[in-house]
Amino acid sequence: MNGIIKENPIFVLLLGMCPTLGTTTSAINGLGMGLATTFVLLCSNTVISLLKRFIPDMVRIPSFIVIIATFVTVLQMLLQAYVPTLYDSLGLFIPLIVVNCIVLGRAEAFAAKNSPINSLFDGLGMGLGFALALTLLGSVRELLGSGKIFGCELWSEEYGCLAFVLAPGAFLALGYLVAISKLLNKK
Amino acid sequence: MGYILIIISAIFVNNVVLSQFLGICPFLGVSKKISTAAGMGAAVTFVLTLATIVTYLLQQYVLNPFGLQYLQTIAFILVIAALVQMVEIVLKKVSPSLYQALGVFLPLITTNCCILGVAIMVGDGSYNAQGVEVGLLSGVVYAIATAIGFALALILFAGLREHLELMDVPKPLQGMPIALITAGIMALAFIGFSGLV
Repeated sequence: MNGIIKENPIFVLLLGMCPTLGTTTSAINGLGMGLATTFVLLCSNTVISLLKRFIPDMVRIPSFIVIIATFVTVLQMLLQAYVPTLYDSLGLFIPLIVVNCIVLGRAEAFAAKNSPINSLFDGLGMGLGFALALTLLGSVRELLGSGKIFGCELWSEEYGCLAFVLAPGAFLALGYLVAISKLLNKK
Repeated sequence: MGYILIIISAIFVNNVVLSQFLGICPFLGVSKKISTAAGMGAAVTFVLTLATIVTYLLQQYVLNPFGLQYLQTIAFILVIAALVQMVEIVLKKVSPSLYQALGVFLPLITTNCCILGVAIMVGDGSYNAQGVEVGLLSGVVYAIATAIGFALALILFAGLREHLELMDVPKPLQGMPIALITAGIMALAFIGFSGLV
């Protein structure tokens, strides 16, 4: 369970930046993306750990990528069928989970060396850490940009700064959040 | 005219890094020096153009006719991984000097999401073609312009970061946070182009 706070993939390891910045225009999108990645991470970690004895070392990375891509395709179909609104708002970033460094990184660094049960929990911890960070970043951007959190209005939209919903706000908000987490971690 | 609009829009208005958030990892990872940034930019331009052509043909002549669109993600990532390997082998043989320059960056490109992202957008025809017919030619023009936009953002950012090295930055902001904030200000500057197309 190291992944949630101490080794948080976003704030500490700084992996998987593209979906982090691209999908966190609102808290709900951030949460959706986080849970989608958790699902892929959980499945790929477990399966890779189960298959690690049968995968030759030479073709390790391509095999991992195929396993991950399979689960991403499953996820794509599930989301399209059951939550089409989320599917539309995440768009291109769903197939791009394949090239998310966290998923391949955990497969290589953890699942390829540990037992399936441990890998399952590692995937769960890392995934939840990722989801937590994305939700936090999404909330900050949504709050500063439009005065809402999860769609509940806290103050009028007129006081919001549109830049936080657009691209620059993503970089700025993440920069300050990483700095804050650095400060907190040192204590 | 349409092609010029595609190029300007992909480089400045919808810059792949600063407004579409694709390829952030190399953008943050290899932007410490201008020379490495230029090498990465060149490698991405090369692979992105090739990958777009190959994946477009795959989509049109294999996936679409056989109704296999759901295999798009798996097929594309495998093609890109194989292509990167091949480019590496061919370059090593044909042009050792170019290989020396790009060598280190090539393996990193497989997991660069701007390659897969652009390949999917061109394969689906969901990129902004500015009134030009969606097809191989406009797709390739879009891919090249996107890659140039990536290289431009990367080199500009590396230039800024070289200066940052000499600055007195508050302790908690040192390293990644200040780099992200710099990127944010750059993205703010690029928003200025948004009225252009």
